[in-house]
Amino acid sequence: MEPSLARYIWRHTWRQQLWILFVVALSMIPYFMSFDLPKQIVNGPIQGAGFEQPGATQPFLAIDIPLPLIGNVHIFDGFQLSRTQHLIGLSLVFLLLVIVNGLFKLYINTYKGRLGERMLRRIRFELVDRVLRFPPAHFKRVKGAEIATMIKDEVEPLGGFIGDAFVTPAQLGGQAITALVFIIIQSFWLGMIAAFIVGIQLIIIPQMRKRLIRLGRERQLTARALSGRVGEIVDGIGAIHINDTSNYERGDIAERLGRIYKIRYDLYQWKFLVKFINNFLAQVTPFLFYLVGGLFALQGRLDIGQLVAVINAYKDLPSPLKDLIDWDQNRQDVQVKYAQVVEQFSMSALIDEKVQTLTIEPVPALTGALAAVNLSLTDDSGARLVERVSVQINPGESVAIVGAAGSGAEAFAESFGKLLWPESGRVAAGGIDIHELPESVIGRRFAYASSEAYLFQGTLRDNLLYGLKHAPLTSVTYEGAAAAQRRWSVDEAQMAGNPDYDTRSDWIDYLAAGATGPDDLYHAIRPVLDAVALSQEILDLALRTRIEDGVHPNVTSRIVEVREALRRRLADEGLDDLVASFEPGEYNPQATVGENLLFGAATGPAMSGKELARDDYFLSILKADGLDEALYTMGLEIASNAIELFADLPPDHPFFQQLAFMTAEDIPQYQQLLQRLRGKSFDAVSSEDRASIVKLSFAYIEPRHRFGLLTPDLMQKIVHARHQFYESLPERLRGAIERYDPQRYTTAATLMDNVLFGRISASQPDGPERIRSIVRDLLDALGLHDEVLDIGLDFNVGVGGRRLTGGQRQKLDVARALLKRADYIILNRPLSALDQRSQDAVTRNVLEEIHRDDRNPAVIWVLPNPHLADLFERVIVFHAGELAEDGTHETLTAGNGIFTRLLQ
Amino acid sequence: MLLNDEVGMLRKVPLFARVAPAKLKLLAFTSDRVSYREGQTLFHQGDEGDAAYVVLSGTADIIVDSAAGQIKVAEVEPNEIVGEIAILCDVSRTATVTATSALEVLKIRKDHFLRLLTEFPEMTVEIVKVLADRLSHTTAELTAARSKARQANS
Repeated sequence: MEPSLARYIWRHTWRQQLWILFVVALSMIPYFMSFDLPKQIVNGPIQGAGFEQPGATQPFLAIDIPLPLIGNVHIFDGFQLSRTQHLIGLSLVFLLLVIVNGLFKLYINTYKGRLGERMLRRIRFELVDRVLRFPPAHFKRVKGAEIATMIKDEVEPLGGFIGDAFVTPAQLGGQAITALVFIIIQSFWLGMIAAFIVGIQLIIIPQMRKRLIRLGRERQLTARALSGRVGEIVDGIGAIHINDTSNYERGDIAERLGRIYKIRYDLYQWKFLVKFINNFLAQVTPFLFYLVGGLFALQGRLDIGQLVAVINAYKDLPSPLKDLIDWDQNRQDVQVKYAQVVEQFSMSALIDEKVQTLTIEPVPALTGALAAVNLSLTDDSGARLVERVSVQINPGESVAIVGAAGSGAEAFAESFGKLLWPESGRVAAGGIDIHELPESVIGRRFAYASSEAYLFQGTLRDNLLYGLKHAPLTSVTYEGAAAAQRRWSVDEAQMAGNPDYDTRSDWIDYLAAGATGPDDLYHAIRPVLDAVALSQEILDLALRTRIEDGVHPNVTSRIVEVREALRRRLADEGLDDLVASFEPGEYNPQATVGENLLFGAATGPAMSGKELARDDYFLSILKADGLDEALYTMGLEIASNAIELFADLPPDHPFFQQLAFMTAEDIPQYQQLLQRLRGKSFDAVSSEDRASIVKLSFAYIEPRHRFGLLTPDLMQKIVHARHQFYESLPERLRGAIERYDPQRYTTAATLMDNVLFGRISASQPDGPERIRSIVRDLLDALGLHDEVLDIGLDFNVGVGGRRLTGGQRQKLDVARALLKRADYIILNRPLSALDQRSQDAVTRNVLEEIHRDDRNPAVIWVLPNPHLADLFERVIVFHAGELAEDGTHETLTAGNGIFTRLLQ
Repeated sequence: MLLNDEVGMLRKVPLFARVAPAKLKLLAFTSDRVSYREGQTLFHQGDEGDAAYVVLSGTADIIVDSAAGQIKVAEVEPNEIVGEIAILCDVSRTATVTATSALEVLKIRKDHFLRLLTEFPEMTVEIVKVLADRLSHTTAELTAARSKARQANS
């Protein structure tokens, strides 16, 4: 990047800068005229010069242009106006000039602002563009948060400065010189006084400000380091908790903040000192004007009008001057910032722009062999990882790479994925070095997955299809306002040197995945997800979600069918007792008392726990049946049972997980409450205490808690109360609860709850797992599998995919690599987070999926251990950075080399 | 069956015989009551051990997979505990347990069980006794099997 800011700005904006300079020069004319006018008003109509005779008139708006050599050129006589008319006329001209000056200012500022913002956009884009082209090794040394700070915060002031870079010195300098010249014309000596003070200001202040710039630079560096550390704390929060180093981090942050504080405080002290001196110098001048100018006026060498005009003109001198000094400081400051940012983003090994050119048309399959020629790889410290390896992998070959940790097998695979650049030698595809091949070839014809799977924040679907988004493939047609908006953004992007790729276009390369469009994409996705054993997990995610009304009408409208199918299936398999269904007229023993009362899904807190136990309408329903007292007695029983069981346990005891109706903190409170309530009749208990006790009964499930508190009579009453509750449900509660309806989808409940429409029996072994597998099976049989999978793919994976488990992330990464159907599929110990059994199963499935439909890409798989090597046509063994053995599984097992030793 | 009945059952298990009733009630409450049908499997050999089971009613077979096929090594009866080895020493299940009649068990989760052992040493002593007893049985059987094998070879 251009190291000098001024040249960078000039190169990209010289046309605009020249235009704005011209406008500024033009604006000087009315500006100067507005200086002369007060003198004319005071001397003319107010003091009466030229109006000595009553009824005298003077020409108004007469235009004479004094030209050197030729003399006065008379253009216009003007209107003859009386003294009052003249005053009004001149005042109106003054008003007009105020407006014209204001409009000029408005135009200039807007234009500058736009210029600056465009340049800011350009710089930021250029920086991110460079990040995209950094060599991979560079990312081992830089902190993401620091780069983000540089791009976001540190170049920000540049935007403000760019518009001012050339205009401000011209404009302010022009203004200051105009004012100064005007003063000199009025009175030579007063002008000299002003010029002298200005000279002092212009020399001293920038000198003093040098220190400010140095402090500013320190502030920038410390602040950048701070954001880097904060980023580290966020990323490494697990390590911090595990090692009890939160206070070490606190200490480090406090220390850094202290340093930043000191720098900032120094800055303030110095800044205000400079300000004081500057202000003082500016105020000294009027003092001299009053004194010297006053003496001149007394001596008659200066008329009052001139003195007023000088003082008036001087009013306009300090502020442009101060702004000019500010501008200069800003310039130095920004230049330093720019230089520092540019330094961080400049390196010789940047990936060539041509390598990343946008390629819309499909890239033909690679037919040449992939070869490493004399390849040596080193790590960041310079240690050899792979030593002069030459090997050729032909199209369609399936190769297992085997080696102990540190044998160089992983580094070798990384070099094929362009993640590790060769120290010497090269990797070539079809005879061309892969570092010279465009990324459009590598990124589409190569697939790479390793244990370090990175997912972007977004849905599972976004991440799965990420490997297909190479270029905007469809052109979107816009109409009306949207078309204008699109035109605007294309124009603006071009003016700021940004690309105008349309993010609303469909970037997904369906053809590459073997589909024709979004409609049959699932046919391509599903076998891939099945191969990595992710479909089940995604279906389970879907079953745990709540579906908004109308988003997946196929699923919600067929829910009754699914429920019936589930009932039939359970009956067929003799598993009726696995799920206790919700029946409007029956008590469900596997559900809580609360659920049985409400028989609906609460949409907010108003219909659960203590809130519910306090609700007037709900209480009135309970009272009608005498249920309030029954539930109160039940709650008392539960409380005393819970206290008997748990009172002696420390609050962190794992048994508390089992206690559904209260937490460890509640135990002492309930102990006190029970003592207070002992012997009191139900009617004597306050409503608040009643609610605390009754609330306990809501969470009770007889088969699980087994206190023996539910009688058939009580259950019947509860079912009765349920009907009463919905009979006259007041308006305010209608939105808070959604009643269970066997014939309808309940939006407030999860998809699984909707399918079950009941509760899984607590006394059945592995109930949830069995139900899940039955439901998955059922969805497939009903043809709803893809639709539900679609719901699961909407799951947001969180920052870096952290809402998924490590194993799920790795599986997703492998699925992403498989989906694009590359010619060379490189899998670098991609499933390390899985246990051995699942790894084996997924490896077999993935190999099968890769070769499905007679596809025959080359597979290069770095295996965690050698016992799966027999699945591959060829086995390459790495040992201590060298290629130790290479051959078929049979020849290697027949020999007595490293491979046979690894197998043992 | 209610919590109090379960406590009565637990007291008959030698392992828990000397544990205070209040603690047994807690154990019963924090455990899950699970019912199996005939032929259903509690756990498979090789699974990760996450719980021990106290049989309340019914019977089950303990079956070991070996090179020679499945061998039934023992039968479980009411008031006995199974599956405790895998959770005591973090190995995978050493045998498969299958119900041979309708089976009611109390499933005690691993973390709960270990917690109980540290809190009630008397239970730990009982466990040691039971294990030592089994070990001596196993040793005796092994000796018998070896001498038989030697006779067969010679």
